[in-house]
Amino acid sequence: MTSFVKPKIRRSNEPLNELGLARADYEGNMSTLCAGCGHDSVTAAIVRAFYELSIPPHRALKISGIGCSSKTTSYFMNDSHGANTVHGRMPSFATGALSANNDLATIGISGDGDSLSIGLGQMAHAMRRNVNMLYMLENNGVYGLTKGQFSASADFGSLPKKGDPNEFSPIDPVAFALSVGATFIARSFSGDRKQLVSLIKAGLKHKGFAIIDVISPCVSFNDHKGSTKSYAHTYEFYSKAVHADYIAPSQEIVAAYDEGEVMPVELHDGGYIQLRKIDNSYDPTDRGAAFNRVMASDNANEILTGLLYIDESQPDLHRTQNMETRPLNEIPYTELNPGAEALSALQSEFR
Amino acid sequence: MSGPGLNDFVIKIGTVNGTGSASANGLLMKSIFRMGIPVVGKNVFPSNIQGLPTWYEIRVSGDGHAGRSGEVHMMVAMNQATYDQDLAELATGGVLLYDSTWPRPQLENRPDVTVIGVPLMAMCNEVVKAARSRILMKNMAYVGAVAALVDIDLGVIRSLIEETFAAKAKLIDSNMEAVKLGYDYVKANYECPLRFRVSALDKTSDKVMIDGNTAAALGCVYAGATFGAWYPITPSTSLMDGFVKYCKKLRVHEESGKNKFCIIQAEDELAAAGLIIGAAWNGARAFTPTSGPGISLMSEWIGFAYYTEIPVVFFDIQRTGPSTGMPTRTQQCDIQTTAYASHGDTKHIVLYPSDPNECFDFAVRSFDLAERFQTPVFFLSDIDLGMNDWMVDELTWDDNYVPDRGKVLSEDDLAKMDSFSRYLDVDGDHIPYRTLPGTDPKGAYFLRGSGHNAHARYTELGHEYQEVVDRLLAKWESAKTAVPAPVVQKAASQTRYGMIAIGTSDAAATEARTRLEADGMPIDYMRIRAFPFTDEVEAFIADHEEVFVIDQNRDAQLLNLLLTETSVPREKLTPVLHYSGEPLNYRFVCDELMKRIKLRKIA
Repeated sequence: MTSFVKPKIRRSNEPLNELGLARADYEGNMSTLCAGCGHDSVTAAIVRAFYELSIPPHRALKISGIGCSSKTTSYFMNDSHGANTVHGRMPSFATGALSANNDLATIGISGDGDSLSIGLGQMAHAMRRNVNMLYMLENNGVYGLTKGQFSASADFGSLPKKGDPNEFSPIDPVAFALSVGATFIARSFSGDRKQLVSLIKAGLKHKGFAIIDVISPCVSFNDHKGSTKSYAHTYEFYSKAVHADYIAPSQEIVAAYDEGEVMPVELHDGGYIQLRKIDNSYDPTDRGAAFNRVMASDNANEILTGLLYIDESQPDLHRTQNMETRPLNEIPYTELNPGAEALSALQSEFR
Repeated sequence: MSGPGLNDFVIKIGTVNGTGSASANGLLMKSIFRMGIPVVGKNVFPSNIQGLPTWYEIRVSGDGHAGRSGEVHMMVAMNQATYDQDLAELATGGVLLYDSTWPRPQLENRPDVTVIGVPLMAMCNEVVKAARSRILMKNMAYVGAVAALVDIDLGVIRSLIEETFAAKAKLIDSNMEAVKLGYDYVKANYECPLRFRVSALDKTSDKVMIDGNTAAALGCVYAGATFGAWYPITPSTSLMDGFVKYCKKLRVHEESGKNKFCIIQAEDELAAAGLIIGAAWNGARAFTPTSGPGISLMSEWIGFAYYTEIPVVFFDIQRTGPSTGMPTRTQQCDIQTTAYASHGDTKHIVLYPSDPNECFDFAVRSFDLAERFQTPVFFLSDIDLGMNDWMVDELTWDDNYVPDRGKVLSEDDLAKMDSFSRYLDVDGDHIPYRTLPGTDPKGAYFLRGSGHNAHARYTELGHEYQEVVDRLLAKWESAKTAVPAPVVQKAASQTRYGMIAIGTSDAAATEARTRLEADGMPIDYMRIRAFPFTDEVEAFIADHEEVFVIDQNRDAQLLNLLLTETSVPREKLTPVLHYSGEPLNYRFVCDELMKRIKLRKIA
């Protein structure tokens, strides 16, 4: 079949963002995922976040690997350049693309299959390099396209639709990211759009590598009783630790919460991420404490969500590489060519 | 056949890896080069950091032959572990130089060679205090001994040492002192110079001694490449080392001190390929240097870049395979792999440089071809070319060069268009237009390695799929007229014999052709410089009764590629295969061809 391009039909009185664009202008092709798939909710949250941040769609990059989640890059922002690349290799492609032009808002879409097995190495190295991108890990604990095998995020004892329970240790993307040194680490749930939209906005505005582990249930292969990645299980064990709101440079911080619960983190663009702590004892800027808290909740079968760790002080890859502010792809050749004279001069060492 | 004689002989130095002998050997070779005499240097080294045997071969060739001869006339045997092997390799009438601090009676087993003992270590121990320096100075002492034997100008040696240690003046005198130890001892104890020796010429004034990887790195700088990613692998590492060095020197913004380049050491070859493909998709000229094992790992990405039409350059500096193989030995074993890398129907543009000057030129051309044809381009070199110093004409640059960025639409171009289709053959030349992210909403398209139609949309419709892959084939075929054409050396008289070679087989093939013609066996020689093969290739084979195809691999990869990609009959092509891991020499080519030609004459 040929993919279907959804025609843009605007409602009258549709709300517009600062660019005069409607939310529909951030939409993409019709999803070909199963009805009720968590990924479609994530896609809707992405559309809303980009729309609310007033990012021009053509100034964004959307890049994915292979799998159900990776397909979703074509389901939002048709006016952006998108790339559905190779299994587990989205991070390297995204890093290269960003190196050529760091001015583009970059979102990488991946899943637990794409990221935690074949792609674990590339994801880790994108974190190490603090690549300035938002990495969405749409996590359902199962391989959908190949019909229901466990992924590396499947919990101990989780039951498949058919067959024996999972016996292997799960990889928790949040704990993994904390150990590798990602600078923005969050977890959310496809069923909590409000939290998810806030986190996506904050993640896009964070200068450096942001990852959101989104529990995004698979209705076809992992939404049954006994599965720990089902809607029912997630709703039951869902717990919020820290809420994060992006506050644009022009906006004022409004503290509608008790002091101590609210914590502003200043961003490079002059805006803030305002952290609202639901659990007052939690400090999302303390890596060691965050690790302990995440491990404790993993052991308690609790799905801890929110912005779990942030470090805005680390330089991103562009800065570590000491690159010009001008994108590489905009530097004219005349500035790249050292010229015939320089070539002649440098060859004295070869005589 | 050649040598030994005046300005025509081969010195081979056998040492232990990691003892600092490389600089001594380089000094010897450069001294001869500075005396205006053409030289060839080949480093044969182990895959090891310290302790295993290593050799350096210097061919002095007043006639300017650029390849190996296949004989050794002077063996500087500094590694007792390889004495037997080194002695055996020496040609009759040759000279063996060894460190007689420890007498070696077994070296007297060859009455047909002259053995010269110099107590190098003993002399150095007397003069030099620090143990590590003693070993280094011993190297300089054998340089002096050789200089005395073959009449190398000490003044030239001194000026080279002065240049090397310009910043550490103390070392100049101590090094020169060590050179003199060896020099004076030989002068005092042996008749000097030998029958084969050097005599100054004026044949190197417009030449440089440069390795292919450094030249290719310079090519990347001059081509305007701004993005490089790599995973270190022998023998490609020095290409990225060169790019780093020259970018730091030539590509840093004068005022801001900021880089106009980005170089990333990847976590593996898979990531290196992804990095450059991402950067190239976004409009940077991007490349990765690697070797055969890296190409295997990158193959999935290569098919992606081919199918999605992204211009990237892969430098494959071949080493002996299969698998890890012999990482520091040479072969042309990736000819087939690079021609068709990745699963599915894939065909690539491949360039075959044969000397550092072509490395520079072809590196630039690789980027132009990649961007013009929107496809991966392979630059197929090998360790012999990449890591040995070759004497070539000084590299030159045309300041009027303008990069061929291919068909990229600007914001203004897009404004004039109703719609944009990434894979539509608008001009009938099989090359579609591309857009860079961030330019204009109208230019947005979705890149996918899955089935897509001319409008870059997902498809599983057979005719839509075929339209794209048929165009890809036509596009690749059209590159025939744009790639470097073959170079032909015709015999003075009509001949039924032809010879075909690529890359580093050229020096030996050229010398073999010259010598065989002088011996009454005229042969026409074509050096192919790129894939897809241009029409001249098939015509050349058609014009001869028998064509020898030189391959530095076991499976006659070039020969088989010729059979697959042309309609020539198999009977016409005779394989000449050299795959020991050593650089090819002309004697081998001569012998193989003579055997075959004589056989034919008898028949």
